[in-house]
Amino acid sequence: MEKLVQQFPPHREDDAHHGHGGHGHHEPGFWEKYIFSTDHKTIGIQYGLTALMFMLFGFGLMILMRWQIAHPGVPVPFIGPLLEKVLGSVAAHGAISPELYNSFGAMHGTIMVFLGIVPLAFAAFGNYVVPLMIGAPDMTFPRVNMASYQAYFVGGLIMLVSFFIPGGAAQAGWTSYSPLATTIPTNGQLFWIIGMVFLISSSLLGAVNFIATIIQLRAPGMTWMRLPFFVWAQFVTAFILLLAFPPLEAAAVMQLMDNVAHTSFFLPTGLAVGGQLANVSGGGSPLLWQHLFWFLGHPEVYVLILPAMGIVCEILANNTRKPIWGYKSLVYAALAVGFLSFIVWAHHMYLTGMGTKISTFFQATTMIISIPSVIILTCFFISLWGGSIRFTTPMLFALAFLPMFGIGGLTGLPLGFNVSDVHLHDTYYIIAHFHYVVAPGTIFALFAGVYYWYPKMTGRMMNEFWGRVHFWGSFVFMNIVFMPMFAQGMAGMLRRMADGGANYSAAVNSKAGAEVVGGLSNNMMSLHTGILWGAMCLGIAQIPFIINVFWSIKHGEKAKGDNPWDATTLEWQTPTPPPHGNFDHAPQVYRGPYEYSVPGHATDFTPQNEPEGGATPKPISTAH
Amino acid sequence: MEIPYTSKPRPDTGVYNAKIGIWLFLASEVMLFGGLFSAYVLLRVGAAPGEWPHGWLNVGLGTLNTLILALSAITTLLAWVACKVGQFGKFKFFHACTLALALTFLCVKMYEYHDKWIHYEIKLVDGKFADGHFEGAVYVDKAANKELEEHSFRGMAFSEVSGGVTNNYELVSVTLEGRIVADEKDLMDLRAQKHIEHGKVTIERSQIKHMENYGPWHNTFLAIYFTLTGLHALHILGGSIVIGYLWGPGRKMWKKDPERFTNRIEVSGLFWHFVDLVWIFLFPVLYLM
Ligand code: HEM
Ligand SMILES: [Cu+2]
Repeated sequence: MEKLVQQFPPHREDDAHHGHGGHGHHEPGFWEKYIFSTDHKTIGIQYGLTALMFMLFGFGLMILMRWQIAHPGVPVPFIGPLLEKVLGSVAAHGAISPELYNSFGAMHGTIMVFLGIVPLAFAAFGNYVVPLMIGAPDMTFPRVNMASYQAYFVGGLIMLVSFFIPGGAAQAGWTSYSPLATTIPTNGQLFWIIGMVFLISSSLLGAVNFIATIIQLRAPGMTWMRLPFFVWAQFVTAFILLLAFPPLEAAAVMQLMDNVAHTSFFLPTGLAVGGQLANVSGGGSPLLWQHLFWFLGHPEVYVLILPAMGIVCEILANNTRKPIWGYKSLVYAALAVGFLSFIVWAHHMYLTGMGTKISTFFQATTMIISIPSVIILTCFFISLWGGSIRFTTPMLFALAFLPMFGIGGLTGLPLGFNVSDVHLHDTYYIIAHFHYVVAPGTIFALFAGVYYWYPKMTGRMMNEFWGRVHFWGSFVFMNIVFMPMFAQGMAGMLRRMADGGANYSAAVNSKAGAEVVGGLSNNMMSLHTGILWGAMCLGIAQIPFIINVFWSIKHGEKAKGDNPWDATTLEWQTPTPPPHGNFDHAPQVYRGPYEYSVPGHATDFTPQNEPEGGATPKPISTAH
Repeated sequence: MEIPYTSKPRPDTGVYNAKIGIWLFLASEVMLFGGLFSAYVLLRVGAAPGEWPHGWLNVGLGTLNTLILALSAITTLLAWVACKVGQFGKFKFFHACTLALALTFLCVKMYEYHDKWIHYEIKLVDGKFADGHFEGAVYVDKAANKELEEHSFRGMAFSEVSGGVTNNYELVSVTLEGRIVADEKDLMDLRAQKHIEHGKVTIERSQIKHMENYGPWHNTFLAIYFTLTGLHALHILGGSIVIGYLWGPGRKMWKKDPERFTNRIEVSGLFWHFVDLVWIFLFPVLYLM
């Protein structure tokens, strides 16, 4: 038995010489190794770095928007002149015009969702971790995997370039509602659609690859119910992407036709633009776009959250040193969420006049889908009970995920009832709701993932002290930014207003001599300033993280062996960083993913590849 | 460690990798065309009474194309069987047939598109409508100051706004092979109109209010027709390229690894059957209903 364990992974010394699995491969050159790599680990890191850059960029857009909201029409300090130089008249005198504000808003949403979070949560972590976790040598289709990254990259470039074309980037929101999206006089919308077609194609290629990999390349003994929950989460996510994205692709093709071939898929009869009857055949349906968009759009929010839940689950188990409570419930809940997410989409459309019967149906399904979501969260909370918790940086982020996602999810319920949604729709309440799920929710989980898997990717730990600074800064300022928005929204502040509601404020109205009825009170308006400062501090709180990521590659504390967190799952049982091909031969799996603190076992963790009744294995890493 | 199950099936799932890949890909394709079909349903249901065209497409040609694709489905299957039993010569023959059929399909489709392209509807000043295929137009070349007749139309649409002047050519009159009707609705349902009287109609520029060909911009039926069949034709084209590759340069693999090659034929065949299946839905929905 001892021998069996030692056998895996064999030839450690050889590996050190050849740098990879000991096969007769030739040494790949720079381009092959880092740019046109087909290795899932390299692709994962490419995805990760690119997505983080996009998130930083999207964050920058947001800061500019928050400035404009808090100080409408006032030139942006420091950056204003630069903006005017690169973007021209839309940023005259360094101030943000309403058109530019709309561009920033649309692109902030698009970039964060499609170029930031999905690529980071699904593609980056999925690529790096899933094959290792299931004991596979790579993804099933490595070249498709590379193509997926390249399509993503090109899609991102198209989006970026669109800022510099005459008329500027897309302005019709990340939801690109027609007919607005067809009638706005900028080719930015066109760039947006074409960029989206690339991003969608990239996601589809990725989804096929993930599902095929999880079905086909599980190591011997890795049965479905022995898969780590992270793998399950990615599996369900991949199915959502596979089936929800194509209808949006169909819609994108039709909007493209509306734009370039002057069809009227989404343009109704009698459409007037700028007071003139538009020269179109008409007969189309604006609601059709909304249905197709949200048919993707809602499942998409589960694409944003499921991988995050997967990451949190791994980290909770590892840091409470006990099995996850209700593993099976988690798996079934994730499957249920995946399925139900396809039949709730029209809760985004209660106010479109689609009819009360349809609204009632979608209200019911929306309430039903919150059940599995709550099951998942409850399992996580119960898992904490009685654990001897290690408060490492990844664990802090994972722990903070729980209440933050809780707030986001619970505030979704009033939106799901169409009575209360009439009041809340299109207000800052919505902004607060989904940001709580995605920003302190998903993004915290992603940070947790970076801190957690970093030693596997680099062999070094990220700095704990600066990790904590990063955590507390992010935690405090996230809440300072988003909590006031609930209040603003309930007070009636609409989203997507280039002046932050100044025109509707009580101050402006009373100055104009109007009787102030329902104007936004000075208290509500003044919250803008606090949010702006919160957002800036939130940005500053990310600096330690950025430095930490790069600095620790060379200077971080060396990880104690291949399994520094004493984890059970397979990715920690390989050398660090794993060689090309990951394993010398498929590891044999003997047990479930979370066997922590098994009574009678010498260590408080039992790796999945440790044989039944085997002598206690030393942690397999000895080479360092 | 190499990637397993690239050509041999995995025992517990019973399939090799590429097969699962293509099935998943086809699932997403179902959703893609499903999205477009549901758009079709919504647009049609939402159309004002009497405004959804019927009988605008040539059922004969549609049937011909349906038969062509059905035949190509059979030849694809036979090509795969030929590989399975190791008869490479037969494979080459059947695969060539598939390719030829695919290209024939595309030619027929091009012909149909062209037919719509040169089909114009002219809204006349007196409120009537002229409708028919383009025969010719007379222009004045303003630079040379002489009149000339042309057999293609400059620009696809004509409206009062542009005044009929494009690049120094001024429109004088248009001749269509068609008819004049009193109400646009008379042009919508052609199923009931068995024998349509038509002949040459020449229309002076001053009579034209708006002139437009049967492109996707003409109405939502043509929009969805061009989009659906265009996307389908792109799939045929993509499939033809793959089939052509496997028939040509890709066949070298047969010598080295016949099993893997046979798998490739199977996988590309599955794609081809899917594309055929889409047409089986497209044909009745667009041509017959
Ligand atoms: C679990 C229970 C949840 C419920 C009941 C719920 C309900 C809703 C409803 C009804 C809306 C539409 C409100 C309106 O526009 O009037 C909405 C918006 C939104 N939700 Fe949720 N939600 C839930 C969870 C989530 C999660 C997990 C995410 C993302 C990870 C999310 C992301 C969003 C986004 C992005 C929007 C706004 C889309 C937009 O209009 O731009 N939601 N939610
Ligand atoms: Cu939703």
